[in-house]
Amino acid sequence: MKKILSIMLALCVFTVPLLLVSAQTDVETLRGSTLTVYNWGEYISDGSDGSLNVNKEFETRYGIKVVYDTFENNEVMYSKIKGGGVNYDVLIPSDYMIERMISEKMLQKLDFANIPNDKYIDSKYKGLPYDPQDEYSVPYSVGMIGLIYNTKKVLDAPTSWTALWDKRYKKEILMINNPRDAFAIAHAVLGISYNTTVDADWKAGAEKLKEQKAFVQSYVNDEVFNKMESGESALAPYYAGDFLTMQENNPDLAFVYPSEGVNAFVDAMCIPTSAQNKAAAELYINFMQSPEIALANAEYIYYASPNTAVLANEDYSLKDNEVIYPDNASTLKTEIFSNLPPATLKLMSSLWDEVKTYEGKAITEENVEEDNSATESKTGLSSNTKTIIGLGAFVGVAAIYLIYRTVQKKKRENV
Amino acid sequence: MNKKTSLGNRLVASPYLLWSVLFIVAPMFFVIYYSFTNSAGAFTFENITELAKYTDTFLRSIWFGVLATIICLVLAYPIAYIIAQTSSNAQRTLVALVMLPMWMNFLIRTYSWMAILQDTGIINTFLNKIGIGTIRMINTPGAVILGMVYNFLPFMILPLYSVMAKLDKSVIEAAQDLGGNRLDVVRKVILPLSMPGIASGLTMVFVPSVSTFYISQKLGGGSFDLIGDVIERQFQQSYNYNLGASISLVLMVLILFSMAFLTKFTTEGEGMVI
Repeated sequence: MKKILSIMLALCVFTVPLLLVSAQTDVETLRGSTLTVYNWGEYISDGSDGSLNVNKEFETRYGIKVVYDTFENNEVMYSKIKGGGVNYDVLIPSDYMIERMISEKMLQKLDFANIPNDKYIDSKYKGLPYDPQDEYSVPYSVGMIGLIYNTKKVLDAPTSWTALWDKRYKKEILMINNPRDAFAIAHAVLGISYNTTVDADWKAGAEKLKEQKAFVQSYVNDEVFNKMESGESALAPYYAGDFLTMQENNPDLAFVYPSEGVNAFVDAMCIPTSAQNKAAAELYINFMQSPEIALANAEYIYYASPNTAVLANEDYSLKDNEVIYPDNASTLKTEIFSNLPPATLKLMSSLWDEVKTYEGKAITEENVEEDNSATESKTGLSSNTKTIIGLGAFVGVAAIYLIYRTVQKKKRENV
Repeated sequence: MNKKTSLGNRLVASPYLLWSVLFIVAPMFFVIYYSFTNSAGAFTFENITELAKYTDTFLRSIWFGVLATIICLVLAYPIAYIIAQTSSNAQRTLVALVMLPMWMNFLIRTYSWMAILQDTGIINTFLNKIGIGTIRMINTPGAVILGMVYNFLPFMILPLYSVMAKLDKSVIEAAQDLGGNRLDVVRKVILPLSMPGIASGLTMVFVPSVSTFYISQKLGGGSFDLIGDVIERQFQQSYNYNLGASISLVLMVLILFSMAFLTKFTTEGEGMVI
């Protein structure tokens, strides 16, 4: 019995590499080359906490050096690629950004003959609007945004995004520091599609966000982990997968998909037109969706996996996790972002600047005390007066000194 | 002979000249170019006229910058004077201590302030223990200004110190001999003589304070956007180089004005240190 087993094992050891070589004869020619990957931060199994270091595994398996960089959001990634001067072979942006990059001819079509593991991708994630023909991208990870709250601070479990406008949690609310996601939440509350191209809808969203500003403790990206885990904040909109990470460090945290609906996203791997090593990039994309690697990533990043082999795997510990694979998935209202036309994008940036620089009800110590009924003009004026006083004082001091100086000089000359 | 030295001078200066053309003049040209063009590259004033929207932010940045600069000056002046009075060994140690925080990365130092100031942070935990209760410190204008003062204080102390260390003690003694009381000595001798140091210190604190962006995001919670934040967002998030460049251009002009103003009233022909 043992003998048979060992023979079988030996056979496996010999035949698997043979199979690999026969399937992709050009893999050997890539040995020694370099592959550059640009992904979200904290979004890959990197070997910490005893996990599998996926990039290292790729390097040892194929002898291709992986240069791995991370970005904090889609827009930063886009600006960097668009600005030029950098070359990446694999990018992992989200749906709407992929659509934008396709429309701006920044991505190239993939050769799916080199990506056989694409067969594992759940059909739910095929033919989505951002890449309708599935020519440019292979899904990496999927998820939804939701509302994270601290059960110690928020006593009645929220079910709606309006909790982020709740006076009771004033200055304990975190808001996502990213225009697309922030506007989506405002639009959800207002019952408007996230992908609206009507100017008035965006202006209404901006008003809603300005209204919220008095209650917001801080606009955050990665700081959300620190602030929610330490109990500094009560509520924050963030991604389901990241909630699981936070909950490990603070069991008081809970999560809900608000009833108004949530943004669902698909982060997918694609190859920019400026890529230097397309063959290795396709090899990498294929590698990332091979069942054991996809499993390692899914276990590590806590986001939902689009890979059917992972979902079918008995060892997958998050298989029945209700946060990332909610039971009521079918009744949940979700909407994927689509790329907005340039005019709307411009309006959104401009309105977001307005929200961020708005201080009608900004939280200065004084007007927190005096209830937030302070009118816009009142506080607006006071800040202006402050500035004028400050500048006036500065100029005044300068003028007095100049005069003093000239008088002294005259005096000296007279003596 | 003259020609020879000038050739030598030119050779010596050429590396820096090349450097400044590549990294100062050329980027400046791009800033101006982007400021007056739209995304299609056509000439426009639109970016400049759009700036009216950011008036409040400009004013807030200047206001915060002025406050931080004044606080730095008030804090740094006595420190610099005290350091200059100590023995030369002690001076070396004290200057090294002033520089010490700068050995660590600016971003990390600012991030740590977040952990110190927040409601569940070190100070508030302590205050809660002794029964005073939580005082809200983070995400206030005060926290932003504190961050600026903390980060830029060495830039004020060092030029002041270098001026004061060179101060001739006999001048002070002469003033005392001539019947000047302490106040007179400070007002009529030390202060005027340290003016070049004050001028450089003011510039070196004011310029980075006005244009900073990280401090306001981390310690102000994104509720007190400074002009630096707006500029950063145009380049990083909005991919609007044109607007970003025009804001930068206006900021540069503002800084240039304030520097010219400072030099005019603090140093009449004496020149600045550093």
